[in-house]
Amino acid sequence: MGAIGRNVPRKEGLDKVTGRAKYVDDLTFPGMLHGRTIRSTIAAGEIEGVHLGFSRKGFTIADCRDVPGRNVVALIELDQPCLAERRVRHFAEPILLLAHEDRERLLEAEARIAIDYRETAPNYDPEKSDRCFKEIVIEKGELARGFAEADVVVEGEYRVGHQEQLYIEPNGVIAVPENGGITVYGSLQCPYYVHRALRVLLGLSDEKVRVVQTETGGGFGGKEEYPSMIAGHAAILAWKSRRPVKLVYDRVEDMVATTKRHPGVIRHRTGVTRDGRMTAIEIDVLLDGGAYMTLSPVVLSRGVIHATGPYRCDHVRIHGRVVATNTPPNGAFRGFGAPQTQFAAEVHMERIAEALGMDPVRLREKNAFRPGDTTSTGQKLGRDTSALRVLHEAVSRSDFRAKRRAYRGTNRGIGLALFFHGSGFTGGGEVKLASKASLELTETGARILVASTEIGQGTRTMHAQIVADTLEIPYEKVEVEAVDTARVPDSGPTVASRTCMVVGKILERCAQEIRRELGGRTARDYLAERGPLVVTKEYSGPDGLYWDDETYRGDAYGAFGWGCDVVEVERDPETWEIRPTRITAVCEIGRAIHPVLAAGQIEGGTAQAVGYALLEEVAIRDGRMANAQLTNYLVPTTLDTPPIDVAILENPYEHGPFGAKGVGEMPIDGPAPAIVNAIRSLGLDVRSIPATPERILEAPAVQNPG
Amino acid sequence: MRFTLNGKKRQVQAPPMKRLLDVLREECGLTGTKEGCGEGECGACTVLLDGMPVNSCLIPFAQVRGSLVTTIEGLQGRHPLQDAFIAEGGAQCGICTPGMILAAAALPRGATMDEIRLGLAGNICRCTGYSAIYRAVEKASTRSARRGREAP
Amino acid sequence: MLRDEGPLVPLAGCTDVYVGLNFGTLTAKRFIDLWRLEDLRAIRITDGILSIGALATYTELARSPLVSKRLPILAAAAREIGGVQIQNRGTLGGNVANGSPAGDSLPVLAVAEAGLVLASAKESRRVPFLSFYTGYRKSVLRPDEIIAAVEIPRVDGRQWFRKVGTRAAQAISKVVMAAVRSDSPRVAIGSVAPTVVRLPKTEAVLSSRASIAEARRTLEAEIQPIDDLRSTAEYRRRVSANLLERFWNDTAR
Repeated sequence: MGAIGRNVPRKEGLDKVTGRAKYVDDLTFPGMLHGRTIRSTIAAGEIEGVHLGFSRKGFTIADCRDVPGRNVVALIELDQPCLAERRVRHFAEPILLLAHEDRERLLEAEARIAIDYRETAPNYDPEKSDRCFKEIVIEKGELARGFAEADVVVEGEYRVGHQEQLYIEPNGVIAVPENGGITVYGSLQCPYYVHRALRVLLGLSDEKVRVVQTETGGGFGGKEEYPSMIAGHAAILAWKSRRPVKLVYDRVEDMVATTKRHPGVIRHRTGVTRDGRMTAIEIDVLLDGGAYMTLSPVVLSRGVIHATGPYRCDHVRIHGRVVATNTPPNGAFRGFGAPQTQFAAEVHMERIAEALGMDPVRLREKNAFRPGDTTSTGQKLGRDTSALRVLHEAVSRSDFRAKRRAYRGTNRGIGLALFFHGSGFTGGGEVKLASKASLELTETGARILVASTEIGQGTRTMHAQIVADTLEIPYEKVEVEAVDTARVPDSGPTVASRTCMVVGKILERCAQEIRRELGGRTARDYLAERGPLVVTKEYSGPDGLYWDDETYRGDAYGAFGWGCDVVEVERDPETWEIRPTRITAVCEIGRAIHPVLAAGQIEGGTAQAVGYALLEEVAIRDGRMANAQLTNYLVPTTLDTPPIDVAILENPYEHGPFGAKGVGEMPIDGPAPAIVNAIRSLGLDVRSIPATPERILEAPAVQNPG
Repeated sequence: MRFTLNGKKRQVQAPPMKRLLDVLREECGLTGTKEGCGEGECGACTVLLDGMPVNSCLIPFAQVRGSLVTTIEGLQGRHPLQDAFIAEGGAQCGICTPGMILAAAALPRGATMDEIRLGLAGNICRCTGYSAIYRAVEKASTRSARRGREAP
Repeated sequence: MLRDEGPLVPLAGCTDVYVGLNFGTLTAKRFIDLWRLEDLRAIRITDGILSIGALATYTELARSPLVSKRLPILAAAAREIGGVQIQNRGTLGGNVANGSPAGDSLPVLAVAEAGLVLASAKESRRVPFLSFYTGYRKSVLRPDEIIAAVEIPRVDGRQWFRKVGTRAAQAISKVVMAAVRSDSPRVAIGSVAPTVVRLPKTEAVLSSRASIAEARRTLEAEIQPIDDLRSTAEYRRRVSANLLERFWNDTAR
């Protein structure tokens, strides 16, 4: 029996349920010091002086002058210092590093440090920013013509807040001086991002830097780019002290200092005919990038490409900007711009239905992408375009229409959202990335060598299933090498729903070649006869994919996943609290390699989106996250998460391994607009999230309730 | 100071206000108990103290004298919940898992869904949306009930 | 010991102590552990008074048949405090001593007109709960005293409790109300003033059998909620008024 489609045991499952799995804070090294980061207490200004106020004895102290190479966190642009030099651009910007054997002494020392600043006026308003990190325009057809065809024009402004990833294991690393270089062990998603950042920061050659992933307690994008920063800090301290240094954040520091989901303001103007056909779509997207660029341009890119939602329209103009403010930099978070823009798209869709007095399902049916339609970037959609299928499945599974009627005039509401999500890097990203994966023949099976990290989503398990079935060997015979840059090739980052579809596909090709090479021999015979066999393959995309980064035209993604969520809510008339009572989540993901893991991604992403929609509010006061505690930043508990009815539909994508597309991110795109649309069905005109009771209290009535 | 850790009598020297969490991880070398927030909100550090789930980040070592402490290591991989968490996908990133399993282990036998949700409300999981955890708890509960019936 | 060696912080279930230490709101370096004092844990009825030892945990309150019979709203409040882990350690005495205006058991004690037994090495005294707090997290408790027990006289009338905290579990209250419906109705609210408050003017309107609309207006004028990280003054005011009406409707017969 093959492994694909079967719920084989997770590779590291036993270690996780027995507490044997080693996370970074579980490790110690001989002579290890503990590190601490001293951060700015202002949002904008210049550092004028640093006064330690304690004896240096026993401490290693480092600032920007101790950086052996270039003082930057190398990512897209080298604009972010690893340690502030003179300028401070956000609260909690790292300035000074301390290390000591005793953690308690670090806290005492921190309390004695005084830093003098000359403050300048900070800007927290993206509308008033004077620095744009990236501007993108997507144009299709002629907008003026589209509006001329319209009977009705619907406009709206939608707002989304920050969101904290809130992995339960905070960011942490250990840097160990080794062989004239540095080895970093850490909780991270992208070992080769950290590898490059350390090479630049320390001025070391490739082989002097080694990055090893420890078991990682959640990432959600929050451990995509930030580990390059914390690894840099630990490495600087280790370099200077010549001793291993552990730097593990506590929850408050993690929330105050690390990246969040970009907040945004999204404005729509849509032309529609009376019978609901969209003739023109004009969208303006403004994202708040925070103080440094991080991955903001790429977040914006995914955001604008998904901004129309899964709807066809001949005349589209999308204008997007991501700008600087004096808040801690925002960065990667599951969905990566798409949850923001599709929130706006789907709430706007609901408002169009209200304006036309049209059934919201009918309106979506009319405009949803079909195979052969083109997206805003001109991408012609393939046979695996399942927008209508997921819509119909969700509507019938949830009994949407009957409930919508039955709930009218009660304290119950029901809403839906239709959405899509591109798998893999945007545009030419995968070609540029040229990821590699290796497969090694072993006496009993095969060993996978990839830099794709297991962060809870099931990388090891799902990759092993793909290899097992391609080689036609039992799943148990496939081993997965630990992620260590000294041993595994650069498979690209573990992000963008690419680990299965893109890296899994490269592994499938490796396994196919091993089969050919074996030519019917057993592994043991082959190894005895011919010696070791390791096959390494590089990404090679489907033929005919085209992308122009200048004009933003072409095939934005190899494939899209498709989803539809229906959410039922209950309103407490006395407290304006909204409780989701049931969520139906339908996703078309090509092929479910491991149904339990795939459902886990959908359920988990859905719950995270419930928090995004209703509970999770980052309160920024004077540029600082004022509620950086789990007591005040509320994520969903068991009692806040309703039953989730998951339906996985399959529509194999010919270039994915066994037909699989991405699944990790898409589930977070739909629940927030579906929840807000359910609230709208109660007659409350809500257009921003989180829709806290305080906001709902202020909400005006919907003008034309459906 | 003496207490019983995972069924074995232990004598451990540590400052009285040291958190039980740190005593377990540092003095006893049991790193299966995790720290998620340090303020009793996330439940990742849950252990059983005299059979009851508590947040070990909020327990001064002094209050453990003479008590029974059970950590995830104490279940020795033999608890039906551990198998069920693997089979049902109840553990994704795994960081909340030890605390979640211990909180679940303290649920009344044959707990209803409402009791499960209430009993686990102090344990935050950011990966699963809890559904797979409920399935695991229900599966383990049926399995141990069956085992209970089959026992002589 | 409390008296002889200067200020010591008494420890019960410690659910607030480490949070205070981590965030610098508690700077004490010396502590005295009360946890093992079994005498301070008993829940019993003596001479018609329900006496609850200060160390009784929320779990014990929620499970106690005596509490459920005499003051079910205390059991209800206990069930909504934190998760199971917190309920297993947090104590009634700790909730009172911590003195947060959001403390969930406090409005219950306020409408129950509870008394507190405060004990020092040499004596013990009784203080009405309603005169215990003197300001935000300030009370008449002396440095050499601990809270030993909470005494609850018989409460006549229909009891009512509601906590509002955005999230369904593990939430700090934004508004928490306890009330008793009788000829002289009692209403207390937490999180709308520097301390938990009884609302004598609102209670007077209720007992005068004036309209609920008038009672709502009185309540809105009687409380002083503020904007903070967890909510807004406006929200708290309007929810408080709604809860008052809900209480009145729920307890009508």
